[in-house]
Amino acid sequence: MSIAAQFKLAWPGFSLDVDLDLPGRGVTVLFGQSGCGKTTLLRCIAGLERGAGRLAVNGETWQDAGVFLPTHRRRLGYVFQDARLFAHLDVARNLDYARRRAASGNSRGDAAIVELLGLGPLLERLPERLSGGEQQRVAIARALLSAPRLLLLDEPLAALDHARKQEILPYLERLRDELDIPVIYVSHAADEVARLADHLVVMDGGRAVAQGPLAETLARIDLPIRLGEDAGAVFAAVVAERDAEWHLARVEFDGGELWVRDSGVAVGRQVRVRILARDVSLANSRHDDVSIMNLLPATVLAHAAEDHPSAILVQLRVGGTKLLARLTRRSAQRLDLAPGREVWVQIKAVALIG
Amino acid sequence: MPSLPNLTADLGAVWLTFRLATVTTVLLLLIGTPIAWWLARTRSWWKGPVGAVVALPIVLPPTVIGFYLLLLMGPDGAVGRFTAWAGIGLLPFTFWGLVVASVFYSMPFVVQPIQNAFEAIGERPLEAAATLRAAPLDAFFSVALPLAKPGFLTATILGFAHTVGEFGVVLMIGGNIPDKTRVVSVQIYDHVEALEYAQAHWLAGGMVVFSFLVLLALYTLTGRKAR
Repeated sequence: MSIAAQFKLAWPGFSLDVDLDLPGRGVTVLFGQSGCGKTTLLRCIAGLERGAGRLAVNGETWQDAGVFLPTHRRRLGYVFQDARLFAHLDVARNLDYARRRAASGNSRGDAAIVELLGLGPLLERLPERLSGGEQQRVAIARALLSAPRLLLLDEPLAALDHARKQEILPYLERLRDELDIPVIYVSHAADEVARLADHLVVMDGGRAVAQGPLAETLARIDLPIRLGEDAGAVFAAVVAERDAEWHLARVEFDGGELWVRDSGVAVGRQVRVRILARDVSLANSRHDDVSIMNLLPATVLAHAAEDHPSAILVQLRVGGTKLLARLTRRSAQRLDLAPGREVWVQIKAVALIG
Repeated sequence: MPSLPNLTADLGAVWLTFRLATVTTVLLLLIGTPIAWWLARTRSWWKGPVGAVVALPIVLPPTVIGFYLLLLMGPDGAVGRFTAWAGIGLLPFTFWGLVVASVFYSMPFVVQPIQNAFEAIGERPLEAAATLRAAPLDAFFSVALPLAKPGFLTATILGFAHTVGEFGVVLMIGGNIPDKTRVVSVQIYDHVEALEYAQAHWLAGGMVVFSFLVLLALYTLTGRKAR
């Protein structure tokens, strides 16, 4: 089960040249700056652009030498950045449009999709009477109702303000957990990557410059693009204990445990933990006389230059988990942080996401 | 008040005009829609020349169009030879001759509003339809046509009204045959020639009221859409 995509495309001032082998399930995020070719790649996969190459989705050939299935014959769902609801149809009829043309019924019921995206109260409304976030939820439901075998999302949150984003992200997380089809999600926002991705493809200048499972790829320090303030590690953990007195929760991960703010997640549930490089500091010995709660022993693996000459990015191993720390070069030299060195990481902030 | 025979002649002209405008408008919507669709979406080199030919009647004097159509449809014209060979006979001085001429004459008034509407819709809704498994023809009827409805409304009203108002082309192609080619505008001309100003007033005033109502309907309907 996999998606093999190989495309070559040249326009004046832009070229796309990728050869990807993506997992046939879970969420793959195509990540990169504007103009890196991620949307063009998504449009090639949908057949909306015609690049030379080949594409096979879970064993079905959609494009190859002499083969080009037109978009309407590819079993995919596509959510555009600008929703693109049909202005002359109300929400219910927009959904019907997809349902009536679906090749077969949905594995999950139609009503469940409407329910999942909370569309019940909106069914009678015309698109022009919906907020941007509501339009995007309808667009996602419409794509799902066409019973796709591959769901493509092109920056569905990019046109929304922060509040609307927070309104939609939980729906997307539920989709990630409940859908049994592969999802390819285009984004330039690191927080969406951290929350939604299982697999990450980093794109730059029309090429895929790095790809792999999320935790591994994010913890790399040799990426040709800089994440800056967004650099950090994301990994899985399990809630082990909730402390009622201090409103804290203890989560266990491959490498130790962390105390985090209790966000109400039940004991035993799996969560995603994100630790930004800027929130990690290092010490040569354990200090218990500081306000920082989370202290872990770690080994220095490598370091790399940051954009500003004063900064350095250090990659560490804590048990089976990789962390990143951003320090000044002066501190790094003072602590003598050569690869292999044993240190203590002090983590100022841990975010539970998803 | 006009005498009875004249009233019958006037009503005949009104009825003929109405029939001509209706048939022409229906034909133009059928022929003009694919042309407008092609003009709105093509990147072909032919877009310019075809668009210019469609727009010619806006700038040419009607007599010029009528003159060339007359030659074309006459016994020595290409179309005339074809219609004679096909057993239809010759088109000039017949109702269908007027229809053919009116289709040319009113073409830009139907094609251009529809073309503008298709251009305003753009690729985006059609791409969305394609990702929802709508084949191109399906997407055209289920998405492009309904979204272009205001353009079609404008095209229908303008095409009808413009055909009702034609005079020069009719005179060149159709002459002045009662109940066959004598439309309202020609009938008014006859009345004035015969100094029957009272009868001319009835018809001319009717045309003014009709044109005003058509334009009023157009502006109210499209204005409501634009809100």
